Amino acid sequence: MKSTHNVKELKEKACQVRSDILDMLNRAGSGHTGGSLSAADILTALYFSQMNHDPNKPNWEERDRFVLSKGHGAPALYAVLARCGYFDPEELKSLRKTGSMLQGHPDMNTTPGVEISTGSLGQGLSIANGMALGLKLDKKSSRVYVLMGDGEIQEGQIWEAAMSAAHYKIDNLCALVDLNGLQIDGPVKTIMNIQPIADKWQSFGWHVFEVDGHDLEAILDALHKAEKIKGKPSIVICTTVKGKGVSFFENKVEYHGVSPTDEELERALQEL
Amino acid sequence: MSIKAERSEELTKLLGTRNVYGEVLAELGEHYENIVALNADLSGSTKMELFHKKFPHRFFNMGIAEQNMIGTAVGLATTGKIPFVSTFAIFAVGKPWEQIRQSVANPNINVKIVSTHGGITVGEDGASHQTIEDIGLMRILPNMVVIVPADGIETRKALQAIVKHRGPVYMRLSRMRFPVLYDESYDFTISKGTIMREGKEVTIVATGLMVSQSLAAAEQLEKAGITAQVINISTIKPIDQELIIRAARTTGAVVTAEEHSIIGGLGSAVAEVLSEHCPTPMRRIGIQDKPGTSGSPAELLDRYQLNPQHIISAVEEVLQQK
Repeated sequence: MKSTHNVKELKEKACQVRSDILDMLNRAGSGHTGGSLSAADILTALYFSQMNHDPNKPNWEERDRFVLSKGHGAPALYAVLARCGYFDPEELKSLRKTGSMLQGHPDMNTTPGVEISTGSLGQGLSIANGMALGLKLDKKSSRVYVLMGDGEIQEGQIWEAAMSAAHYKIDNLCALVDLNGLQIDGPVKTIMNIQPIADKWQSFGWHVFEVDGHDLEAILDALHKAEKIKGKPSIVICTTVKGKGVSFFENKVEYHGVSPTDEELERALQEL
Repeated sequence: MSIKAERSEELTKLLGTRNVYGEVLAELGEHYENIVALNADLSGSTKMELFHKKFPHRFFNMGIAEQNMIGTAVGLATTGKIPFVSTFAIFAVGKPWEQIRQSVANPNINVKIVSTHGGITVGEDGASHQTIEDIGLMRILPNMVVIVPADGIETRKALQAIVKHRGPVYMRLSRMRFPVLYDESYDFTISKGTIMREGKEVTIVATGLMVSQSLAAAEQLEKAGITAQVINISTIKPIDQELIIRAARTTGAVVTAEEHSIIGGLGSAVAEVLSEHCPTPMRRIGIQDKPGTSGSPAELLDRYQLNPQHIISAVEEVLQQK
């Protein structure tokens, strides 16, 4: 079941998701703030508009699949899943706590709606390829989406998977990159440059879209167009701002893996 | 009686465990339409080519990229497929170990990793290709079942069993042909060991190729007046604790034998069981914490002290401690 929200409603959803992310990370006392906020609009576009899924039937065979390859963005995924109705948003308060259904990184066996466990970078694209191949074998029309970080594509396995997706013409797959430009140790371009990123994917045989990763209409436009690309996989490179939505978190390397304090949370929620 | 061969003159029929794998996988593919097969450019050597020929649309050659192969298998499994993944043992579990941990074992995904070319009897290719760590690498992972068949018949029966088992399995096969020990009436059950030969003074617990080596050792020991019980532990995890404890209580001395490092494999698994439940004098036959080297399989079995005379020496030593 696809949702039918207009852009204004989607923006409100994204704002709610950001507020959830900040609140749950503050309660948890640890976690990845910057990369969750940078991915919030992408996940909102997927779950509240693009994807065919049913929160009441997480294992519905005809559903579209989503793989959060950048597993440290778990808070964004949990907020979106909760607001879609996969579980009670009250559960968000338990993030990272002992026995919680919301583990530090996504766990398919504890959280309804999480398709696959991730957290160790570089593995999600391979898994998404396998899902897409399986769906093709079963002649299903479902699509598979996978979100990678820009630092994550430094992993060699990503390029093994990029090669095989084009080789097997996996056109029921659409990858996305959250190009926020920062990784734990600093700017991606100074740690290990990944540019020219669009050229790389293109040369591996992919159809490449480049969008502003905070422009919901632009993201959805690319995702729609990707559905029409046949015979090759598609990728949407989403230029984003790490920490997006909270001025004092934006583009700050130090907020990669740090959660907001009580005071920061108050200021941040006011800004949203 | 399901054990066909006990004495050396009966250990003459040879069967390749990887050859049996190729045939059985292609057979199973007919009964299970959801079996898919993935390989990393070794479909000929691993004998997966038979499946490929029969079911071209269910076979995926992933090229020389084992980490991606494991991930792709995981994705296929989430759509209800039963992926069989094959390449040489070191590339099957060494190179993508962390992928197996994160995406197969921890989340308990139904992927069957069947490697060939385990152990040092790979031979001339040398240390880079001789896997003597795989049992340990897989045994340490939660949910993972670890199986090393002792012959071609057991390979067939074990494959028929693991396809019905829901969850990750690692099975180690070999390059060289093994003597046939079982007959077709053998009923393989995951986690059940087999008493291959009865004996009173000592128990030799072996796996894989070392089961036939141990039977040869037991035969020679009998001539010297020592009766040795020989047990085949083909499922190294979950291990047949009950059988091992019962054997140790009966004979009071145990020698383990495996074509694997003495650290982390069968010897370690048996020592874990016995030290907690029935402390017993033990010796471990295996590769003594060193890398492999090039040579013929026969020469290497001698060089790494995996032959019947080495098992006999270990038995003599452990009997001193009884």
